Amino acid sequence: MAGLELLSDQGYRVDGRRAGELRKIQARMGVFSQADGSAYIEQGNTKALAVVYGPHEIRGSRARALPDRALVNCQYSSATFSTGERKRRPHGDRKSCEMGLQLRQTFEAAILTQLHPRSQIDIYVQVLQADGGTYAACVNAATLAVLDAGIPMRDFVCACSAGFVDGTALADLSHVEEAAGGPQLALALLPASGQIALLEMDARLHEDHLERVLEAAAQAARDVHTLLDRVVRQHVREASILLGD
Amino acid sequence: MKETPLSNCERRFLLRAIEEKKRLDGRQTYDYRNIRISFGTDYGCCMVELGKTRVLGQVSCELVSPKLNRATEGILFFNLELSQMAAPAFEPGRQSDLLVKLNRLLERCLRNSKCIDTESLCVVAGEKVWQIRVDLHLLNHDGNIIDAASIAAIVALCHFRRPDVSVQGDEITLYTPEERDPVPLSIHHMPICVSFAFFQQGTYLLVDPNEREERVMDGLLVIAMNKHREICTIQSSGGIMLLKDQVLRCSKIAGVKVAEITELILKALENDQKVRMHHRWEFNAGSSPGFQNNEEERPA
Repeated sequence: MAGLELLSDQGYRVDGRRAGELRKIQARMGVFSQADGSAYIEQGNTKALAVVYGPHEIRGSRARALPDRALVNCQYSSATFSTGERKRRPHGDRKSCEMGLQLRQTFEAAILTQLHPRSQIDIYVQVLQADGGTYAACVNAATLAVLDAGIPMRDFVCACSAGFVDGTALADLSHVEEAAGGPQLALALLPASGQIALLEMDARLHEDHLERVLEAAAQAARDVHTLLDRVVRQHVREASILLGD
Repeated sequence: MKETPLSNCERRFLLRAIEEKKRLDGRQTYDYRNIRISFGTDYGCCMVELGKTRVLGQVSCELVSPKLNRATEGILFFNLELSQMAAPAFEPGRQSDLLVKLNRLLERCLRNSKCIDTESLCVVAGEKVWQIRVDLHLLNHDGNIIDAASIAAIVALCHFRRPDVSVQGDEITLYTPEERDPVPLSIHHMPICVSFAFFQQGTYLLVDPNEREERVMDGLLVIAMNKHREICTIQSSGGIMLLKDQVLRCSKIAGVKVAEITELILKALENDQKVRMHHRWEFNAGSSPGFQNNEEERPA
């Protein structure tokens, strides 16, 4: 892939998008009837499924219960068929653990855990197809699933990835752009207040460019918020039609 | 053993002190604790003391067959262990979250930023490459493990010398240190982590939190930079809400701190090199104080 041009002279990326353009996002809420909340999201070719159970009584040791808030438990799992090569991932490996911890950190900050003391909220995320931006897709799917479950949150949590090539910040990286080895930033944002719930960056980026990349990621996250908001409203409209209101 | 909980009055005392811009050990908001770097007799062994936090780093190498999809690159392996002597709360079964977080952060900081030239570790493409293993052990926990560990890792890597090899056709000759001088690794840049602790929902921040401050903090932001002001990794953790300008401000502070720490590291490496040259010269000159006898016996 050495000769692959990530950003052409006319400003087009490998898949024909412009620098700040997102991939096509399609989402559905309430895909499973068994779970309290569930959602499915497709961001370009990245497909993620999120399921929420809760708030319910703490499973396992009662000692873990927090007296004033709910415990948020996140688990991330990547299907063996999700990447180009079939790869069997053991369940407790470091990367999955790390993703689970990051998702937990993101949602503990966003969910109003004070309303459900001594209980537990489980968020399970499964990646069905990974084409770049898996963390962002997981966060977006989990947000919709938590909303579907009716658990109160401060605000949407919208995430997007960003990169930096040839002096331009790119939003929403695909796998090809991620594998090229340039800097990658993953950002989870609460759009109304602009607060960053999680910020993660890899590979070398000069400090002077940090602001531009952060701004590109924040703008992309806000665009994602517009789309997710539309999806939620649509879902609520459909549900209320079914109820006969 | 479960960690003794922090009493409410101690927590309130620490938070009030931070609000008044005072730290218990008398430092300023952006001050680091004293950093001491010492080296062991072998190449690649170093001990870093950041205040009272101590990390021991050891680098070793081995010839292995390369990974299938990266046939011309060497393998880098990092492992940080939280030894039970570091803190009573570290028990074999109980540390997993913290351990995963620290290890992944170190891996991303050192491996993804390509600080070591892995192509230079290739001996025979597709058959034999060097596997460099960095083992870090936390010996004493007084806060800010990640900074101490990243300094220990990069110092150990800079200090390490691997045996020289030569390839003649199909034969690979591995030279012992007596036959040919061991070769240092080729290091592009030195990424160093700087931790920022946030208090009171992000209103106050401190650089290099010690153990007490870590207990009362809301969250941590780790920025890894090198002295060329390139950011290698950013990681926010702990559920704090940051604003964009806070992150930018922290990156500027990190730039300054990393420059100071890099200076310190280079000076320590230089001093150690001088001491070794001096001892080797004395050894060659025939005089033999105690240290030289040890040098003869160790396999180096």
